[in-house]
Formats: sequence, C-alpha cells, structure tokens
Amino acid sequence: MKLSESPAAKIGLSISIATGLYGISFGALSVASGLTLWQTMALSLLLFSGGSQFAFIGVVAGGGSAVAAMSASALLGIRNGVYGMQINALLRPTGWRRFAAAHVTIDESTATATGQSDPGEQKRGFWVAGLGIFILWNIMTCVGALVGAALGDPKQWGLDGAAVAAFLGLLWPRIKSFQPAAIAIVCALVTLLAVPLVPAGVPILVAAVVAGLIGWFRPTPDAGHDGDGLEPELDPYKHDVGDMPVRESGPRGHKGKEL
Amino acid sequence: MSLWFWLLLAAALAYATKLLGYLVPAKVLDNPRMSHVAGTLTIGLLASLTVVNAAASGTSVVLDARVGALLAAAVALWLKAPFLVVVLAGAAAAAGLRLLGWP
Repeated sequence: MKLSESPAAKIGLSISIATGLYGISFGALSVASGLTLWQTMALSLLLFSGGSQFAFIGVVAGGGSAVAAMSASALLGIRNGVYGMQINALLRPTGWRRFAAAHVTIDESTATATGQSDPGEQKRGFWVAGLGIFILWNIMTCVGALVGAALGDPKQWGLDGAAVAAFLGLLWPRIKSFQPAAIAIVCALVTLLAVPLVPAGVPILVAAVVAGLIGWFRPTPDAGHDGDGLEPELDPYKHDVGDMPVRESGPRGHKGKEL
Repeated sequence: MSLWFWLLLAAALAYATKLLGYLVPAKVLDNPRMSHVAGTLTIGLLASLTVVNAAASGTSVVLDARVGALLAAAVALWLKAPFLVVVLAGAAAAAGLRLLGWP
C-alpha cells in the first residue's frame, strides 16, 4: 500500500498536527519557567516525551531543584518503557530502526499503532505519528520559546495559569473510572499536605511514592486492563473513522503478552 | 550549568527507559504489577504536578489567580475542548483575574 492511501498514515498525520501544535505551549512555558531557548530545545529534541518535559519545567517553575525535576521527569517516563515492549512485539524493528523507534515511542505513536490490526498499517501508523510529531513538536517548541521570550512578564500573560491547565489537560483523559480518579485525588491531597513540610519539588516525589505503592499493592484489575492510565492519553480512533480496519478492542487493552 | 547536567541526565534516562522496552525480553518486564505501577505513577504524578502548579508557592499553599486557571481548564476539558484551547483558557483566566486585582 502506498503511504498516501494508508488510513493509519492519515490518522498518524492528523495526530501529528494536533500534538505538534501544542509544542508551542511547551516552548512558551519552558522559557517562562526560566530555561533558556537551548535548554528548551534540548528537552524537545533529546527527551521527547510531552508529559516528562512538562514535568521537568513544572518542577523548575515551582522553585524545585534540578534533581527533583529530573526525578519527576524520569518517573513519568516509565510508561514509555511499557509502550516500547508493546511496539517491539508488534513491529519487531531490527538494527538501527530499533534505536530510532525507541526515541519516538510516546503516547500518540503507540496509540496510533496499537489501534490498527494489520501489521503493515501498524508500522505506517507508528512511524508517521512518531516522526511527524517529532518534527512538528520541535518546530513548534522553538516558535513557542521565541514567543515566550518576547512576551516579557509571564504572569501578566497568565502563563503560570497555562501550566496548570496543561497538567490538568494531560491528566484528564486518563481519568476514565473510579480507581484512577481516587488515585489522582489521594495524590493531590498528599501533595498539598507535603508542600509546607518539605522543600519545593519534593512533594511531587512524595506523591509519586504513594502512587507507586498503590500500584504495587492494589488488587489486580480484570484482564481488560480498565483505565489504569497506562494506555496512551490520546485516542486517535475516537472519531468516526468509517470502514477503517480498526482492532475490535480499539487501542485499549492491547498488551505485549498477547503476542 | 548544573541545570544542564540534570536536564541531559533526564533526557538520557527517558531514552534508556524507552529502549529498555525494546531490548529486554518481554517476559521480564511484562508482569501485571509493572504495568500497574507505571499506570498509577503516571496518574499520581500528573495530579501532583497539577496541584503544585495551581496552589504551591515555594513551601506554602496559596490561593491566587492560578486557581481560576484550574477551574477554567476543568470547564474547557468538560466541554471536550482540544488541548491548546484548554491551555489558552487557563492563561486567559489567570491573566483576567490579575487584571481584576487578584494576585
């Protein structure tokens, strides 16, 4: 199949545009939190995982240490390791492609690939979304950083409010049932209680420990893997996709162990 | 320079985590507990980051214009607005409340 005729490639492209666009908000918020243009670009080029990038600058903006920023970012990136296993099981990339695939293994590319049932389509979806987002995300990060630097006082433009909205926007799609909602509320309360007691940035790590313990000890959910927030935050298949060959279970519930 | 060091370490860890999924045999990492922890960590961290950015100022909890941004973002998300619109709603609410004199 030619790339231009591939439904998965089309989905990957539209996801790339939508996701790439909000790179502008990351760029602007990053310079507002005190990072330089080059530090901001290094995050988008080298770290390349939206949630972890926002986490890093979010901790720095709150006066937290760089160590706390690194820790929050690394912990938030753990899910990408699980995505890596899924994509490896589906696409079986070899040689240098494996190392390239790892870099573009993020929520959106994983969702685009796992939503397809045909192996060729999975491959096209993954690469178009992954590479498309990488290119657009970096261009828009640069635009955002330049705009952010030109704005002047970030508070006057409500950029600190924009950061709050960005984190809620990343969290929201993962709250699909009672359990993730309860975990979010518990961790939010733990954070509020910890703020006056420990140095800035550390409350986030305290909440991470609590969240990790809940994940470790809570009872196993059913095999359908219901909304524990592990599935990619975006569902590229939520719109009417016509007669597209979409996996029956959608992008959900697809784990490497099935293969 | 110290920030650069931790930033690059964060980037290296992020890539190593992704690559680990490709290099480690599926059986090793693929136990349900690993998935649960990755899932709950993601939710817990995002909830915590939301709260810190909305209500923390150094080591004190404050209610300023950012709380308005949190509410505006929640309304936008409730109405199924796209991510960029949600972010703009948060910025507009915080900037607007400050114009009205709320810190």
